[in-house]
Amino acid sequence: MTTTALPVVDEDVVETAWRDAPGLIGFLTSVDHKRIGVRYIYTAFIFFFVAGLQALVMRVQLAEPDLHVLGPSAYNQLFTMHGTTMIFLFNTPVLAGFGNYLLPLQLGTRDMAFPRLNAFSYWVFLLSGLFMFTSQFMGKAPDGGWFSYVPLTGKTYSPALNIDFWGLGVIFLGISTTVGAVNFIVTVFKMRAPGMTLNRMPVFVWSILVMGFMILFAVPALTVACGLLEMDRKVGTAFYDPLRKGSPLLFQHLFWFWGHPEVYILLVPAIGMIATIVPVFAKARLKAYVWVVTAVVGIGFVSFGLWVHHMFATGLPSQAMGFFSGASLTISIPSGIVIFALIATLWRGTVRWSTPLLYTIGFVSIFVLGGITGVMVAVMPFDWQVHDTYFVVAHFHYVLVGGVLFPIFAALYYWLPKMTGRMLSERLGKWSFWIMFAGFNLGFFPQHILGLLGMPRRIYTYPAGLGWDWLNMLSTVGGFLFGLGTAVSLYNFFWSRARGAPAGPNPWDGDTLEWSLPSPPPHENFAVIPAVSSRHPMWDGVLPAANVEGGGVDAALERQTPITEGMDTVVEDIMQVPEETYVPFLSALGVGIVFVGFLVSQVTVIVVGVVLAAAAVGVWTWRTAEDIR
Amino acid sequence: MTLALLLAKAPSALDPKGPAARDLAHVFWLMVGIATVIYVVTMGLFVFGLFRKGERPTRFTDHAFIVAGGLVVPSAVVLLLAVVTIHTTHRLTRSEPNALQVEVTGYQYWWAVKYPAQRAVTANEIHIPVGEPVDITLTSVDVNHSFWVPELAGKVDLIPGKTNLIHIRADHPGTYRGLCAEFCGLQHAHMDFLVIADPPGLFRTWVADQAGDAPTDVAGEALFSRLTCAGCHTVRGTPADGTFGPDLTHLASRTTLGAVTVPNDREHLAEWVQHAQSLKRGSLMPDVDLSPDQLQAVLAYLEALK
Amino acid sequence: MSAAVAVPMATGRVRGLRRGTWGMWMLILTELMIFGALVGSYFYVRAGQHPWPPAGIEKPPLGKISIATVVLLGSSVPMAWAEWAIRRGHVGRLKLGLAVAWIMGAAFLANQAVEYHDLHFGIRPTVYGSLFYTITGLHGAHLLVGLVMNAVVQAKAWLGKFDGQRHHTVEIASLYWHFVDAVWILVFSSLYLSPWLLR
Repeated sequence: MTTTALPVVDEDVVETAWRDAPGLIGFLTSVDHKRIGVRYIYTAFIFFFVAGLQALVMRVQLAEPDLHVLGPSAYNQLFTMHGTTMIFLFNTPVLAGFGNYLLPLQLGTRDMAFPRLNAFSYWVFLLSGLFMFTSQFMGKAPDGGWFSYVPLTGKTYSPALNIDFWGLGVIFLGISTTVGAVNFIVTVFKMRAPGMTLNRMPVFVWSILVMGFMILFAVPALTVACGLLEMDRKVGTAFYDPLRKGSPLLFQHLFWFWGHPEVYILLVPAIGMIATIVPVFAKARLKAYVWVVTAVVGIGFVSFGLWVHHMFATGLPSQAMGFFSGASLTISIPSGIVIFALIATLWRGTVRWSTPLLYTIGFVSIFVLGGITGVMVAVMPFDWQVHDTYFVVAHFHYVLVGGVLFPIFAALYYWLPKMTGRMLSERLGKWSFWIMFAGFNLGFFPQHILGLLGMPRRIYTYPAGLGWDWLNMLSTVGGFLFGLGTAVSLYNFFWSRARGAPAGPNPWDGDTLEWSLPSPPPHENFAVIPAVSSRHPMWDGVLPAANVEGGGVDAALERQTPITEGMDTVVEDIMQVPEETYVPFLSALGVGIVFVGFLVSQVTVIVVGVVLAAAAVGVWTWRTAEDIR
Repeated sequence: MTLALLLAKAPSALDPKGPAARDLAHVFWLMVGIATVIYVVTMGLFVFGLFRKGERPTRFTDHAFIVAGGLVVPSAVVLLLAVVTIHTTHRLTRSEPNALQVEVTGYQYWWAVKYPAQRAVTANEIHIPVGEPVDITLTSVDVNHSFWVPELAGKVDLIPGKTNLIHIRADHPGTYRGLCAEFCGLQHAHMDFLVIADPPGLFRTWVADQAGDAPTDVAGEALFSRLTCAGCHTVRGTPADGTFGPDLTHLASRTTLGAVTVPNDREHLAEWVQHAQSLKRGSLMPDVDLSPDQLQAVLAYLEALK
Repeated sequence: MSAAVAVPMATGRVRGLRRGTWGMWMLILTELMIFGALVGSYFYVRAGQHPWPPAGIEKPPLGKISIATVVLLGSSVPMAWAEWAIRRGHVGRLKLGLAVAWIMGAAFLANQAVEYHDLHFGIRPTVYGSLFYTITGLHGAHLLVGLVMNAVVQAKAWLGKFDGQRHHTVEIASLYWHFVDAVWILVFSSLYLSPWLLR
């Protein structure tokens, strides 16, 4: 393994050209993908801990039969906000955060394809999160469940603003997710360093690319589902009203056309993280890279054929549902390929027992079980028993916690030293992992049994004597243990910021380009753009591409970076990375005001928002490439 | 008889009391068997990989390994489960001739039950004859609900504007708890029902009783009709003909109140009539303000509705 | 492993799609899914009921809208011509093409407004009306955005921002314009033609 041969340059000089303004101004105006990515991750984690506390309050309520810690109204709001926050405001954005931070670093470029759009998507994420949580402070949080089925969420049965916070908030957030996805895709296709052909792209980048395309295909259905819901609620249309020939089931089709792929939108980048981390800690190259990439792409495709498996109990014709049952079973095949490729990689290497690897063990052992119960619920008649019970609650927590949260923790322990420049404590990390692992299984395994014993989801209390009591108590104890485990990692984070050992450029001997840079990387990332000749540049050696147009220090001083042609990465143009600017923030604010206007049904507010957003976007788009070169 | 005594057991899907639930329990145990083997083998290979040292050659090539573990084995299992799915679905959705027809309608948060051929109406309690097939058609007047009796069969949703069908049969006499399995609002947790499987003779007597009008000339009838009760509840054979709440014609013959919220005895009935909102906040049944005399009269009347 | 790395060199000519064009294509992809989901909803709801449109609502009249459709689809021609012209450095033809396309688009939108006024069913009483107005309204909103973009490009042309080499903005705006035209084919055939063609 040779080390990098990138030239040493005076970073300070180059960075002057890129430095953000200090303080709040820099905070509001920065377009640096690293700042935005880290901000995404921190914001998402705040939502994570809030949603985690919500879950613990629910577990207290369910610890024993007939408790009255919470009333039904508070309970319904809590489980709705817990699910909504975890899916919309934690999992999706935290993965987007890692994508934002890592994509330019792993691709060997100086920023995303659309840096200002990147800032915009963060501000929309933040504002939509605040929008939804405002309801919680008003005691009017959404209470229709995270999938908000009509007619319950229609105006007749939910007349207050609760559901509007949800419906509008979800549409609002969808803007962020969508423009973020566009940014990822274009970055992958136009910003790769010279020599980084598609078959040399890091597997994490592949996973973000697939995630991006999935978002573009899936999120519109959610937007339409919620858009029609809000039309019904605010305008009085008849889309979901059976009395006026509308169809309540239409909402379910639209919602799950997004909702099922969404699970894989989360899972795919998580697989990308795991497939990056396992080889580094096994000191072996990822086996069957092509198989893994093909499997990830395959998951993306197949996931769109599954949505009806959330609707097996709705009484659709069973032949049609049989098709979806078959498709749902099929998804186990690409997932199996990924798992076995990881195992094959481990077989060829020697494992280094660091915290990131422990979390990948958590991933494999929990996710495989979640996948197996997923195959079970894909068997339609069996789903008729367990659908909407705690069996399903257990199943999707095994998939989402095992399949997504454990990889996110693995990624944190792996990449946080790159972001902060400080190592996390291995000792605390291992404690955190084992407590989380034990707590998770103790908390959620009993829920499988509860479901089989007849306990439905979303009941705020249950009578004694049904044999559910002790299992619920176990689940509550496990839930608190799990929460404690995550708190240890939170403490570890603050500990590392104060006392962590300096990370150095490549503490794990990682193989991808971000490890060629100091930790944290300088603002411009690469003073000289690297030229890539291998899938593992840090292991096989990397040369500077200083002679490439836009690749040298002179270009870095001008805030420029090369743009390459999609397939064979020939440099075809130079991109001028924009200066820091208020317009993304102001545009997002304008859009946010529009949504507040819809919420309170005030045309004046909507107009104010439209004017602000239009003005900001006008300033933003007025100066284009034609003006610069 | 208290609720606890009546139902001191889990409505367990793994303790089937009818053919549909039994088929599903068999499918479950088959899948648990396969799953255990797959999980143990996969984790074995994984753990072996974790503790294995160095680049020693293995007997398999990586690709053979990945193809076998990731493609061949899952495909075989998927194929097997697809056959099981088709077979079981076919068995469970097959209509039997001469099945007893029952219509169940979901309300927030209770169940209206009709036997159209027998002209019987009740609520939150479905009596069926042991060993005979029953077809239950399901719809809803307000939001989505889901009809689920774990010991007898899987579940089917009740969706406004749509009519669904479920086939059930009980092989043993007994009382089986049913639950609403689709979140339907504030009191989703208190929307249970009972399926009571009676010997066929007993069932026919019961259904004939339920078809009849309320006993006439009972004290309290005039009061009941004069109070707000009659606006929401029907008592057949009297002027009370409201349709927002359950039919009370034979209330006294039922075992529970408020969709299996409390047992149907005098003490709970009194509490339900006066303080329904404390027992089940958010249900349509209001707290009714009655003088002690009125209360006694109403209770006596309701208890006479056998 | 310090073997010489073959660094692909710039050829001085853009070979692939440019960033902005890529971005617009991706936006179009996701927008197409929005219209797809709406039209899918239309047919899903429709599949469950006869007659369609529901009793009391006539089938959509095809007279004026057919002419308007020709006008809208036709507006892609001056738009394409404008783009073709600026590639060759003809700023005057660019301005003219943009203006003609703008007028045609605006005429279509005006016709939509008149039709909304003339139609005798509302958005609330039936799901048919809800679908009809929501889908055509969303398309109209897209066209409105297209008109604004067209006007901005026109303004930039007057300020002398474009020439034979620098006109990427024109390409992006024109791509969006063609999309709004093309997606109307989907909307028109589902909402206007299908009630006549399919029973």
